[in-house]
Amino acid sequence: MEQQFDTSKLGMWLFIVTEILLFGGLFVGFGLMQNRYPREFIEAHEHLKQELFGRPFPLYGAINTIVLLVSSWTMVMGVNAAQTDQKKKTVRYLVLTILLACVFLVIKYVEYSHKFADHLLPGMFYGHQAEDLIKGTHGYATFFAFYFMMTGLHGIHVLVGIGLLSWLAMRARRGDFTSEYYTPVDLVGLYWHVVDMIWIYLFPLYYLIS
Amino acid sequence: MSTHTESHTSHGGPKIYTANLFALLFLTVITVAAASFNFGSANVVIALAIATLKAILVALFFMHLVWDKPVNAIIAIAGFLFLGIFLMFDFIDVTTRVNLQPRNMPNMENATPAPDSMNPLRTAPPRPLEPARAAPEVKEEHK
Repeated sequence: MEQQFDTSKLGMWLFIVTEILLFGGLFVGFGLMQNRYPREFIEAHEHLKQELFGRPFPLYGAINTIVLLVSSWTMVMGVNAAQTDQKKKTVRYLVLTILLACVFLVIKYVEYSHKFADHLLPGMFYGHQAEDLIKGTHGYATFFAFYFMMTGLHGIHVLVGIGLLSWLAMRARRGDFTSEYYTPVDLVGLYWHVVDMIWIYLFPLYYLIS
Repeated sequence: MSTHTESHTSHGGPKIYTANLFALLFLTVITVAAASFNFGSANVVIALAIATLKAILVALFFMHLVWDKPVNAIIAIAGFLFLGIFLMFDFIDVTTRVNLQPRNMPNMENATPAPDSMNPLRTAPPRPLEPARAAPEVKEEHK
């Protein structure tokens, strides 16, 4: 059993490396385009900010960062509960993680609908009509292409995570996991932390660059 | 089976996880605060350094790398290492590009620039057709 656990974990880490390289390629592309359109990227990123006490502040991005960090904590607590045979606690922490993931997606939805309403769309769909954002349209369109591609791909990962966590919560409720066998909880935990880690990089690069 | 029980008891407990969460939240506050100051080009470096520190904290404690067998950490580090090589060579390329031209090349100042494949909107527009047609007529009148 111990060997099986270690092997699955090794496989999971290999998968995590492919995830890192997948998002890494997108981050490199983002960096290169920021190098090409520095002024346009800074101007476009102001549209990811909201007014807070009369100053621009990346409200949605910051809240989502906190939500994901806390969900990472509930996840690791769930893994810990599974390791120590606390069935009820495991289910409770897994459900909490699912709820936080849903909160993240709801905030993302609100954020996206603001962008859709302003026609701040990727590539050829870009059609923002305010005077300040017509000049240099190509740079803005590129920024939003990367924004939607990367946050969208991250959002899909969150959706997949919700699916996996629901499956885990069901199995945990059925009593499948003990201190002897908790491999699925541990591996989904690793996946969930990677999703959190990607957001840790997305947040400063998209919402805070200046 | 002695390793089996060992690997369970040596895992971190709720206290470490909670402390780690607060460290991560604290670093988030610091990044947001640092972004409101203008350090010039250092802003990106500071943001990335803090993000990397946060990622390391997540990997070490939430992903159990401190207590795990080192092979997992080696795989993770290898992933980031290759990403670093990818990133480094791309930026060495882009930031050191010079318009290298042959010494015997004729003066190309008035030539139409080649289309910019990365940015079609910045390419000079093609010459309008109407004035070109009109031009020969003017010459004929002078004759």
